[in-house]
Amino acid sequence: MKSTENKIIHPLENAGVPEDQRHLYCDASPRPYPALNKYVERFLNWARANSLWILGYGTGCGAIELRPLLTSRFDISQYGMNPRPTPRQSSVFIIGGYLSVKTLKRVIRSYEQMQNPKFVVGLGSCTVNGGMYWDSYNTVNRLDYYLPVDVYVAGCMPRPEAIIAGFEKLKSTIMAGQAEGANEYAERFDWYKSNQKKIIKDWDMPDYNW
Amino acid sequence: MNSLIKRLKMQFDVEEQTQRSNLSFINATALQLPALLTHLRDYEKYTQLIFLTAVDRIEDNQFQLTYMLADESSQNNIGVRVRIDRENAVMTSIAHLWHHARTYQQELREMFGIDFPGSPGVNDNFILEGWEEIPPMRRDFDTREYSEKTYFPRPGRSTTHPRTAMKAVDPDYPELPLMKGRVK
Repeated sequence: MKSTENKIIHPLENAGVPEDQRHLYCDASPRPYPALNKYVERFLNWARANSLWILGYGTGCGAIELRPLLTSRFDISQYGMNPRPTPRQSSVFIIGGYLSVKTLKRVIRSYEQMQNPKFVVGLGSCTVNGGMYWDSYNTVNRLDYYLPVDVYVAGCMPRPEAIIAGFEKLKSTIMAGQAEGANEYAERFDWYKSNQKKIIKDWDMPDYNW
Repeated sequence: MNSLIKRLKMQFDVEEQTQRSNLSFINATALQLPALLTHLRDYEKYTQLIFLTAVDRIEDNQFQLTYMLADESSQNNIGVRVRIDRENAVMTSIAHLWHHARTYQQELREMFGIDFPGSPGVNDNFILEGWEEIPPMRRDFDTREYSEKTYFPRPGRSTTHPRTAMKAVDPDYPELPLMKGRVK
């Protein structure tokens, strides 16, 4: 494994948390993890693609189609996917529907707590371009300005068949070794963070919520 | 319902508009509102506050507040409408009459900038966090302009709105009087 230890990572300011609590939080920004040996990585990608554990985030209407997907009608566990209760155990983050500024803040916290490698699936037109709420004062238009998105599933709302097709796309992307969202987030961390802070005005959490 | 309006008119200076046999609206002044609501709750069995909402009457430079009450035994509803000044938007809190009114008042404080002094937690964040503009439900707030300025709009959006889509088919399609009355 190539070492990235030598790379100078400037410590995060964590200006959002009170000064007497800053020592409690991590001040290192995330770093990218390069691929291992080609054959090992191929095996790992095969394993990753066939046990996708889901963290569902559904305050928007797009998430209503996740219920038939997870239950007996479409039964997503037959594809090796399983909903998990906590970000620490999940590898796929499903953003179901629109995000407001308030929910985006919680989504960022959850995403940063997930372990590498991690993938993001955006459900519905709202995550693509704001959908029917594009001119609202409170709806985030483009999810990929705040989190690295691997697969978008368009539709208002997408049917479970479309979501399954999206997961198949995600699986083939992982198998091909192109689902590098977590590394992209680490490499362009400053850009993502400046976009996030541009719209989240009261940033009262650490800069990196690990 | 009619007898109720008659009884109210004997005690309060109100105008009424009846919409259905079980739904009436009365216009009252802001000063007599607490007495009127207390009377309706304690003597006329309108014990339930269904909602409290506001309308921005920007042409009159006023906010219109609507307090909707229900009588569960007779299934009658009555709405009490109050106009208050838009520039100095302050209204008496009714959180002592219905505890859940504090939530409505907190929302109106955030969305319209109407203050309810003494209402518990009225200045806390409700939905918006760290909002710096004028309250977003005021009609002089341009939500589209704010969205385009703030949220990185994705280029390439097309519309099928009749105003533009029908122009391509029929050049004589009339311009719709949209945005009429909107104050920039």
